[in-house]
Amino acid sequence: MSDESPTARNEWPLWEIFIRGQHGMSHRHVGSLHAADSEMAIKNARDVYTRRNEGVSIWVVEASKITASSPSDKGPMYEPSQSKVYRHPTFFDIPDDVGAM
Amino acid sequence: MYAQMVKSENTDSGPEFDAFQARIDAGERIEPKDWMPDGYHKTLIRQISQHAHSEIVGQLPEGNWITRAPTLERKAILLAKVQDEAGHGLYLYCAAETLGVSRDELTEMLLDGRMKYSSIFNYPTLTWADMGAVGWLVDGAAIMNQVPLQRTSYGPYARAMIRICKEESFHQRQGYDIMMKMAQGSIAQKRMAQDALNRYWYPSLMMFGPSDKESVHSTQSMKWRIKINSNDELRQKFVDQTVPQAEYLGLTVPDEKLHFNQETGHYEFSEPDWNEFFEVLNGNGPCNTERLSARNKAWNDGEWVREGMMEHARKKAANEKVAAE
Repeated sequence: MSDESPTARNEWPLWEIFIRGQHGMSHRHVGSLHAADSEMAIKNARDVYTRRNEGVSIWVVEASKITASSPSDKGPMYEPSQSKVYRHPTFFDIPDDVGAM
Repeated sequence: MYAQMVKSENTDSGPEFDAFQARIDAGERIEPKDWMPDGYHKTLIRQISQHAHSEIVGQLPEGNWITRAPTLERKAILLAKVQDEAGHGLYLYCAAETLGVSRDELTEMLLDGRMKYSSIFNYPTLTWADMGAVGWLVDGAAIMNQVPLQRTSYGPYARAMIRICKEESFHQRQGYDIMMKMAQGSIAQKRMAQDALNRYWYPSLMMFGPSDKESVHSTQSMKWRIKINSNDELRQKFVDQTVPQAEYLGLTVPDEKLHFNQETGHYEFSEPDWNEFFEVLNGNGPCNTERLSARNKAWNDGEWVREGMMEHARKKAANEKVAAE
């Protein structure tokens, strides 16, 4: 078993599948599958990921077209927001007498 | 289980390894692009693929009865179940692919016998009652193992397990429903139900893998949280849950030593024949050759379709490009 992915001989490309459920939620990543083209990816996504009324809308994106952030950037990317507690409403004390706010 | 005797790699030590283990101990999920020890990576590929292959090969014993289901309703239900198994295989293959191994490579390793699938699918399904026994016992045993794996350390694997578990309960209940119908039916039907239980009981117990005393790969896998419970622990849980269900059906578990221990609150039962288990795992079960040749045939017969679809997609993309220019 080799650990690197070989340049697949004739393997269908991988697609990432996003599905919007019924209650006005946004599309959510549910998984991936292989298909020759986008049309087939949608058909396969319907069969694989909506067998039990899980969705009313499907997006498919070829996996190779996705750019992802790198885990090693975690620090510089997300740590700055940790010190900015004033961005949360609970930072501010509002007297009870003022009522709900 | 669906993943039996998965060979676990040992890991090295060092600060990177300690930090990795600390993340797992803290209950963090490991994601595809994160650093991971080579052993963790290799063991996971083996385990997830074996699980995926089991789902795919697992379609064959049940597919055997689709055309002969006793009613149209049973046929539709069985079709839906077998379709689910295909879906489960796909979720798991995708999880394995996040580790950098290609789908075709995984398929080829199943087809030429380098990778294994669960021993249970090398037993034949001789009567309609076997559809009941497979759903009730085989899927029941699978659930025992899969529920804890929803909390496994590798994110994509855990997420695949969550989807699978949502669907698996339908499988077990439809199987038990078949058993109830048969067990409450004519004398001949009841005899078929008992016969199915007789044949599937011990192979189901084998699904959990060898006894903890002989399970050489468990320690490292449990440390990595890609195995959550020991083989014997899950087997005991399965027996404790299943025996009362058999009693409800009015069927007899084929084990003369089976009895309830009041003190421990658990059933005591006979071990399956482990020689048989190793024989089946090594390719000498009743249906090993048949299962693998069915998968090989499907793969070979489908080659022109896979290539044709890819070629069609390429042509279509080229035409669209020309039209846009």
